[in-house]
Amino acid sequence: MIAGAFNPSSFNAGLVYAWPEIFLSLAACAILMLDLLLNEKQRRWTGWLAIISLIITAVLVAVQPLSSKIVALGGLFELDRMAQVLKIAMILVVAAVFVYSTDYLQRRSILKGEYFVLGLFATVGGMVLISAASLITLYLGLELMSLCLYAMVAFDRDSGIAAESAIKYFVLGSMASGTLLYGMSIVYGVTGSLELAEIATAVRNAGIGGNIGLLFGIAFVIVGVGFKFGAVPFHMWIPDVYEGSPTCVTVFIGTASKLAAFALAMRLLPEALGASQADWSQMLVVLSVLSMTIGNIVAIAQSNLKRMLAYSTISHVGYVLLGILAGTAQGYQAAMFYMISYIIVAAGAFGMILLMSKQGFEADKIADFKGLNARSPWLAGMMAILMFSLAGLPPFIGFPAKLGVIQAVLNVHMVWLAVVAVLFSVVGAFYYLRIVKVMYFDEPTETSSIGGSLLMRTVLSVNALLVFALGVIPGTLLQICQQALQ
Amino acid sequence: VADLAMMSAHLLSWLIWLPIVGGFVVLGLGHRATVAKWVSLVVSTLALLLSIPLWSWFKTGTAEMQFVERSPWITTIHAQFYIGVDGISMPLILLTTFTTVLIVIASWQNVEKRVAQYMAAFLIMEGLMIGVFAALDGVLFYVFWEAMLLPMFIIIGVWGGPRRVYATIKFFLYTFIGSLLMLVALIYLYLKSGSYELAVFQHLPLTLREQTFIFLAFFAAFAVKVPMFPVHTWLPDAHVEAPTGGSVVLAAIMLKMGGYGFLRFSLPIAPDASRELDWLIIALSLIAVVYISFVALAQRDMKKLIAYSSIAHMGFVTLGMFIGFQIVAHTGKTSGIELGLDGAVVQMLSHGLVSGAMFLCVGVMYDRVHSREISAYGGVVNTMPKFAAFMVLFALANSSLPGTSGFVGEFLVILASFKANVWYAFLAATILVLGAAYTLWLVKRVIFGEIANDKVAALKDINGREFLVLGLLALGVLLVGLWPAPLLDVMRATTQHLAEQLLVSKVAL
Repeated sequence: MIAGAFNPSSFNAGLVYAWPEIFLSLAACAILMLDLLLNEKQRRWTGWLAIISLIITAVLVAVQPLSSKIVALGGLFELDRMAQVLKIAMILVVAAVFVYSTDYLQRRSILKGEYFVLGLFATVGGMVLISAASLITLYLGLELMSLCLYAMVAFDRDSGIAAESAIKYFVLGSMASGTLLYGMSIVYGVTGSLELAEIATAVRNAGIGGNIGLLFGIAFVIVGVGFKFGAVPFHMWIPDVYEGSPTCVTVFIGTASKLAAFALAMRLLPEALGASQADWSQMLVVLSVLSMTIGNIVAIAQSNLKRMLAYSTISHVGYVLLGILAGTAQGYQAAMFYMISYIIVAAGAFGMILLMSKQGFEADKIADFKGLNARSPWLAGMMAILMFSLAGLPPFIGFPAKLGVIQAVLNVHMVWLAVVAVLFSVVGAFYYLRIVKVMYFDEPTETSSIGGSLLMRTVLSVNALLVFALGVIPGTLLQICQQALQ
Repeated sequence: VADLAMMSAHLLSWLIWLPIVGGFVVLGLGHRATVAKWVSLVVSTLALLLSIPLWSWFKTGTAEMQFVERSPWITTIHAQFYIGVDGISMPLILLTTFTTVLIVIASWQNVEKRVAQYMAAFLIMEGLMIGVFAALDGVLFYVFWEAMLLPMFIIIGVWGGPRRVYATIKFFLYTFIGSLLMLVALIYLYLKSGSYELAVFQHLPLTLREQTFIFLAFFAAFAVKVPMFPVHTWLPDAHVEAPTGGSVVLAAIMLKMGGYGFLRFSLPIAPDASRELDWLIIALSLIAVVYISFVALAQRDMKKLIAYSSIAHMGFVTLGMFIGFQIVAHTGKTSGIELGLDGAVVQMLSHGLVSGAMFLCVGVMYDRVHSREISAYGGVVNTMPKFAAFMVLFALANSSLPGTSGFVGEFLVILASFKANVWYAFLAATILVLGAAYTLWLVKRVIFGEIANDKVAALKDINGREFLVLGLLALGVLLVGLWPAPLLDVMRATTQHLAEQLLVSKVAL
């Protein structure tokens, strides 16, 4: 559909495809209003309502009939299998994050309705981004999500470190958005279109793969994507923001926003600029190798668990990029599987920190996990599953994920890259094992009981056991990813 | 008969999953230590009983895989749950089930903290180790191979000695780095052949260059596990710090996986590269035999001494596997190849029994005196005559006395080396001298002589439980030593088939 030839009736007919996003936006507005009517004791209801509306949205996404790719709303919005899978993954992980957070916020007496409302709007932003068919919607969704996240980082207004992180995140994030926008404008200038499909056709037909202007645009786009992903050398904000934010926000950034960054990369690179894959692959190789190297090595030196997980995220982004840079359908599938499995594990790992936290005390030091096996063998077992999975050991989900991306790079004859990847995952294993070490080999320094409602413990256990179950039987999820990206 | 057929169709699955499920049940018992011990004993005994039909129903005279089970697993990458045994893996599975029962009995009293978790770790590991020996699919093999590290990591780290954290992390990372390179090789083979079946890999034509890289990747995984000089340094640390049960599993079974890997992967998948690089393996094996034996001579810690002795004996295993290429190169005849392979496999089994027994002996003394230093002992025979008899028997087996299991394997390997070159045989045979030297010197200092101190004077001889464990092992050592024919019959067809595979160049295919 050509911009300018706007047809109101077909636009309205297309709204049906955006129904989940519309519903979630309305629900978020309603919850914002309702929250005003609740007193402190009833505040938990805000969280429950947010979780319920997320689950309804997930159902709405799941029941959307989908035979082939649908482009609607005047070429702004598209619905394909990848969008469906990524949206459901994002919504479910946000729901789990909200369950973990309600408990944590209450224990730390900072339970505020804004957290959930901002979280819901960020989710809407992520969903719009995932379904974007044009550079405009892509940017719109990205900014909606980012602005909500900046505010969420700062929402505990009495915390100085959180305010500092928020400023840092905001400044660097805006810079990244600006860079991305600049790159997009160059791509628009070269191809003459904002719609991803038309950009793809223009790049392919004109044979402008080596066009210097386009290369310039791609470079800026990659910088923007790298920033949002947190790939080295655009990773500087990650450790500070992860450490400084309240943990319930860290987990949000570490899961939902990573998924959004993945969607951003997939929409921009393979979908719009697929014909210049040879160009952006080389750039991604650099980002990927640096991320695996720096992420894994610097993580060793951390004593703060949130910071360690921040560097761990950076290294895992390097592995996701391996799948994307391979530039094959199998590579994209592997990257998607890796991303989804990573956010499941990350949600669980941050969930454990949330569970261990107490009144006025964040359990974000590695030492806080000392002797956990003596205090609660069950929770220690769950945490061990999550750490082993991050290290990529079978039979946990991290293993099939790693297998997939290594297969993807070997498939395009980059053996050296596969060897680098596995060598740095050995480095990675060292610091994940350290967590297992303090939990199992050290004696506890604290004997107080661990908090957490039954619901939170149940969801967390299900989360960890899912990591185990999907590691033993990864077939279904692999198939879903395969169908999503054919 | 129908029941028997059903049983035999799923026998291997039972052997893998029974201990794993049993392990998780034991884990759930928490603080009920006594119940945990009994459940573990029942589960491990059941696994041992289940493994007996594996031997009695095994068809000798064929190199085909037996007790095969195959079902789809991860369809998108064509990985299957595909298991089966041949004449090499079947005896190793028996060794695993046998050793685990002994460990459960031996650990009955000397584990004080977190008994259920300790027992559970060994049971889960048993299932995973059987899985390694039975897997006929690359991904399945890798999953078992890697997953097995986790319980071992916990066992050394929780129940180990003072430097346990260092030892266990070193152990883990060493093995992990090798395994990951193997993973790259497996994926490469999959992309080349479109399947993860080991049998397909074995028939896949590969250029010499490809084979060399694949061989080196497998070498990284298996050489660490064996362990071969110079990547052996994790073993003494791990052995010294591990609790007795952990040392026994390490020595008796885990090291064998390296040797098994050479037989199952390196030799048949990359025969040309194996032939080109045989000098490397043979040189490293001979260094292990000669140099490490001297190192063993200098040890003051009993466990360390046995650990170094293990490395030297495993050098024999790798020597036996690769000496065949030298026989062909020097004589042009192919008759001695399976001699070396037979010797290597028998040596693996024998070493499993003997080194396990030696570590249990040290464990018996450690439980009483709480020291592993040789100098803390002396004249143990005066207070523990029954124990001393066992210890001397195992020491003699460790120095390959004819009539014990240690002799059979080493004799076959030396015989094969002789066919290749007399100097190989000469160097290999030094283990008979040096092995006798360090083992018997150990026995002299610890067992014989005057009572060294009050602690030794106060020693009580082994009880019925310990007698049972050591007695069973002694029986095994003598049985294999005096009557190795049934064992050789079981493996003969498989080793012969392997020897044929080695001679066929895959480059020309």
